[in-house]
Amino acid sequence: MKVLVPVKRVVDYNVKVRVKADGSGVETANVKMSMNPFDEIAVEEAVRLREKGVAGEIVAVSCGPNAAQEQLRTALAMGADRGILVEHDGVLEPLAVAKLLKTIVAKEGPALVILGKQAIDDDMSATGQMLAALLGWGQGTFASKIEKEGESLRVTREVDGGLETVSLKLPAIVTTDLRLNEPRYASLPNIMKARKKPIETLKPADLGVDPTPRLSVLKVEEPAKRQAGKKVGSVQELVEKLRNEAKVI
Amino acid sequence: MDFALTPQQEALQDAIGRICADLGDDYWLMRDRQGGFPTELHQALAKGGWLGVCMPEDVGGAGLGITEAALMMQTIAQSGAGMSGASAIHMNIFGLQPVVVFGTEEQKQRMLPPLIEGRERACFAVTEPNTGLDTTQLKTRAERRGDRYVVHGQKVWISTAQVAEKMLLLARTTPAEQARKRTEGLSLFYTDFDRSRIEVREIEKMGRKAVDSNQVFIDGLEIPVEDRIGEEGQGFRYILHGMNPERILIAAEAAGLGHLAVSRAAAYAKERVVFGRPIGQNQAIQHPLAECWMELEAARLMTMNAAWRYDSGLECGAQANAAKYLAAEAGFKACQQAVMTHGGFGYAKEYHVERYLRESMIPRIAPVSPQLILSFVAERVLGLPKSY
Repeated sequence: MKVLVPVKRVVDYNVKVRVKADGSGVETANVKMSMNPFDEIAVEEAVRLREKGVAGEIVAVSCGPNAAQEQLRTALAMGADRGILVEHDGVLEPLAVAKLLKTIVAKEGPALVILGKQAIDDDMSATGQMLAALLGWGQGTFASKIEKEGESLRVTREVDGGLETVSLKLPAIVTTDLRLNEPRYASLPNIMKARKKPIETLKPADLGVDPTPRLSVLKVEEPAKRQAGKKVGSVQELVEKLRNEAKVI
Repeated sequence: MDFALTPQQEALQDAIGRICADLGDDYWLMRDRQGGFPTELHQALAKGGWLGVCMPEDVGGAGLGITEAALMMQTIAQSGAGMSGASAIHMNIFGLQPVVVFGTEEQKQRMLPPLIEGRERACFAVTEPNTGLDTTQLKTRAERRGDRYVVHGQKVWISTAQVAEKMLLLARTTPAEQARKRTEGLSLFYTDFDRSRIEVREIEKMGRKAVDSNQVFIDGLEIPVEDRIGEEGQGFRYILHGMNPERILIAAEAAGLGHLAVSRAAAYAKERVVFGRPIGQNQAIQHPLAECWMELEAARLMTMNAAWRYDSGLECGAQANAAKYLAAEAGFKACQQAVMTHGGFGYAKEYHVERYLRESMIPRIAPVSPQLILSFVAERVLGLPKSY
């Protein structure tokens, strides 16, 4: 079973994100970039599926700037077999990415596409679902457990108030939640090997996809600073403040 | 001239940083209080193949250079592990260079893989109590008897001898008065650390309690001839091979420790409010830290320069020595300034910086004193007459 793992280049989770001075977006120049942590979980899961004998070849794919090769190398160091970079410098909205991935799926013919439930930069949580819709495949989103059962996949989903288990007929889309696994650290021999694994570079035009954004961003601004809290001495004081200051009761 | 790290070097730093982040400050604080070898770090690095960073690929290493090893050691020290973390694996990274360069194929296949896989740890038994840095005057005697050598003698400041399974030993096989040259008559061995013939006494010391340093008494240790590296009598020449890489690595560790101290001090200075403003707003706090950062970066660049020269096959003695001197002094100053920035809290163990200060003495003293480096540079670079 071939597995396709889309990975996104995002601002590293440790970086304190700053809004660009002109309010057009988030500052990414001279900022540490990494693989989206949820995608890292997806790569890990694919590698574990292969270790269990469920998955065969693992292909990592990234849509983004040339530098997204670094994230593909990280995926290769974790265990993916080869990479595909769909190189595009401008903004890529989830729908454009889903369309690009659809053409990659047609080309590669994977039985499973596993990707992060969302990217930590724009938090859209849309690409996996859109891809499932475009392909007409079943989807198991927010997965916290994946098991192969005959010709289908049993996916445990994290939903409000509990867990839901769905059975997916393959081919299918799975998006990963935080508790699915803990990604491994790339070992030195695997980092070395990753250097020699192939990465194919394509352009959206090669795939017949127009990635032009359909949405226009009006403004990006930082969230309002949180006000400092207050300590109260008694229940009476708390009630009094809730009533007269916060005016919530 | 390209100062940028390659994507692979960045991946290396990133992976090492993640492994180290699993241990955290409290782990190193506890190790400093209780002692005990940091097995968790050693095993995690072994499992990831990191101990073989600069070992040849045919014995299971990665075949990278001292540049990558230096980046790795700096990252370990800078992660919060300091010298406690760095020293736990330091010797395993570069120490067996003489085996790599002068060992037979059989010896390399037998000796190196267990070290890389973390199944064996090695200590470096060279220094003696009565010779100090005058290595050619070693007294420990290895006498040939048939197909074995029998060793008697004493070594000192042997790190990790409490836990090591193997040792790289330099011992005299020809009495000094019979040797043709001052630098001959010593032989190098890599052999089992046979505790029935070796007594190890730990030295209580100022810092780095996690990684033991010892007096070692060898009494009748038998070493099979096949454990001798290279020719008899040429051991001193072989051991010199590891000296420049060691200086480069210890420089990287010192710079990492210094950067760790500066970043901790800067973080504290930003948060600590006195007289209604963060103390970091005062130039008396900012400027010394800025100065430390600049000195550390200068030392780090010298270290990288020395590493690049070594990896390029260029002479690097002056650069490696200079890097070790500059990084050790800058690291020490940075740690001291970090304690002072913290004020009274800097003296408290739970703020970590006093531990860094105690550890920052190690790269100043070992493996060679700052004075001997100055003499080396005066003599070999400036062409001045030898002073000692």
